[in-house]
Amino acid sequence: MATATDSLELIRSAGIHAAAKDPDTAHLVIGLNKVISSRLVPGLEVEPEENEEGVNIHIRVADGARIAKPVHMCFGLLQEAGIQRIGIDLTVEDDAKIGIVAHCIFPSAEQQPGGEPPVKHLMDATIRIGAGSEYTYFERHIHSSKGGVLVAPKARVELADHARFKTDFELVEGRVGKIDIDYETVCGPYSVMEMTAKISARADDVVKIRETGLLSGEHSRGVLTSRVAVRDQARADVYNKLTATAAYARGHVDCQEIIAGGGIANAVPIVEVSHPKAHITHEATLGSVDNKQLETLMARGLDEDAASDLIISGLLA
Amino acid sequence: MNCGREVAAGLEKRMGLLEIKDLSLELDGNRILDHLSLDLWEGHVHAIVGTNGAGKSTLAYTIMGLSDYRGFEGEMSFLGESLKSKAVDQRARMGMTLGWQEPARFEGLSVDKFVKIGARDKSDENTVDVLRRAGLSPARYLGRAVDKTLSGGERKKVELASILAMKPRLVMLDEPDSGIDVESLSRIRDAIGVLKEAGSTILLITHSMEVLSWAEHAFLMCCGSIRDKGSVEKISEYFRGRCIPCDHRNQPELDGSFNGDGDR
Repeated sequence: MATATDSLELIRSAGIHAAAKDPDTAHLVIGLNKVISSRLVPGLEVEPEENEEGVNIHIRVADGARIAKPVHMCFGLLQEAGIQRIGIDLTVEDDAKIGIVAHCIFPSAEQQPGGEPPVKHLMDATIRIGAGSEYTYFERHIHSSKGGVLVAPKARVELADHARFKTDFELVEGRVGKIDIDYETVCGPYSVMEMTAKISARADDVVKIRETGLLSGEHSRGVLTSRVAVRDQARADVYNKLTATAAYARGHVDCQEIIAGGGIANAVPIVEVSHPKAHITHEATLGSVDNKQLETLMARGLDEDAASDLIISGLLA
Repeated sequence: MNCGREVAAGLEKRMGLLEIKDLSLELDGNRILDHLSLDLWEGHVHAIVGTNGAGKSTLAYTIMGLSDYRGFEGEMSFLGESLKSKAVDQRARMGMTLGWQEPARFEGLSVDKFVKIGARDKSDENTVDVLRRAGLSPARYLGRAVDKTLSGGERKKVELASILAMKPRLVMLDEPDSGIDVESLSRIRDAIGVLKEAGSTILLITHSMEVLSWAEHAFLMCCGSIRDKGSVEKISEYFRGRCIPCDHRNQPELDGSFNGDGDR
């Protein structure tokens, strides 16, 4: 059962005290399967429906609404075990603008050898971004250092003409546990999509990223970026696919994975073009820390481990 | 024509900062450094000049101990201590560093953080000061990443700023003018003067007459060996007159007379 204390703890962990107190900033804090704090601002409608395992949230940004300050969301599970299912149905109507900063906090999980992760955070989102609208979503995960968390965010995003969508997923503090990202975006004419994932995996963490973008509108643009560091015995599989089917569609897939120790990295960048006036590029770099970078920092006195950590943290910055 | 060793009058060792004796190195079966010997004067600016392929950069990398350049034969010591088993970072902590001909890019690493890595004084004031001395506006560069958004010349200046902040005993600068516009060259020269004033010994790796003129002492390098040493004027004249037009640059096997004694 989530409590007011949980709310304070989640807000503290996310570092959003100021935003939570600001009457002009909207926020929504969900602990386990309860909405424990929320505030709305004009133009933003949020209807949460609690259920046994989580919360379904219907969000609507009204036609023409420009939400000036980022909306803060906080999802978390302070217990050592449990499941949290978040369903999001988000509609940004035409000529509207909203930015969401989400913190996902799972500080108490601990992976037992050979067992399933005791904490599961499952998210399923359907997002529609109206004509001329802009939606940015930044999601930062804060996990325990002992693994034990399964994170599986899934999103289907549709962009109408001239819409803009930017999402950043970041999990660089604590242990990943297991993560399985599945994002799919369809871009209308003149729309712009950017999807970025930055993840640091260590120990026996497992990372799966599947991001696909369909540039089906003329002059649509899309960039898929992933930055993954894989250390110890961790494993990362990154599957990025960008398809262009319309004239003047432009896209780029950029995947960089750094491995250290016994880590395993696998990248599958796929680009597919079915219109002669479309253009997509891709680059994938997998390997250990670049030797020249390493030795440049070592030539300033850093030992090899410190230099390697600095390079990796820069890549994930 | 004398392409051989001329013992420079008056160039006597004052203190053994870096001593190299009979240094040889093979890479992929090719002898890049060949029984090379070298001593540096502490607190002085030295230049090694030679045409492409003479082994100048390889010498700097070997002194710094980079991973592909550690299988050398001969002796190298710094401040009287053998460098044979020292890793790059250990050598750096002993007081030496290297400025690359083409500095590395670092995604997500800010200029501010990069400059402070090896700095003796990690204060913001000092970082601002060394950036200015390297010819960079702190307001414009402090927050930027040392990545592909900076040109090669800009990264070169950032690297120089980090070396100024480090104040090492020995600085090796590989082609310090590479990628630097003409207007900025004087800044680089001034920065080298600052390092010297702070007590650093400087070793410039170059084939530029301009950079060579910044030095107090010069070494002529060819085929992996120091062929001559002495005043900048003498080495400069020889390099310009004999080495640049030479048909057999770093290929002594093409000319049997190239043995360090005879004309060719």
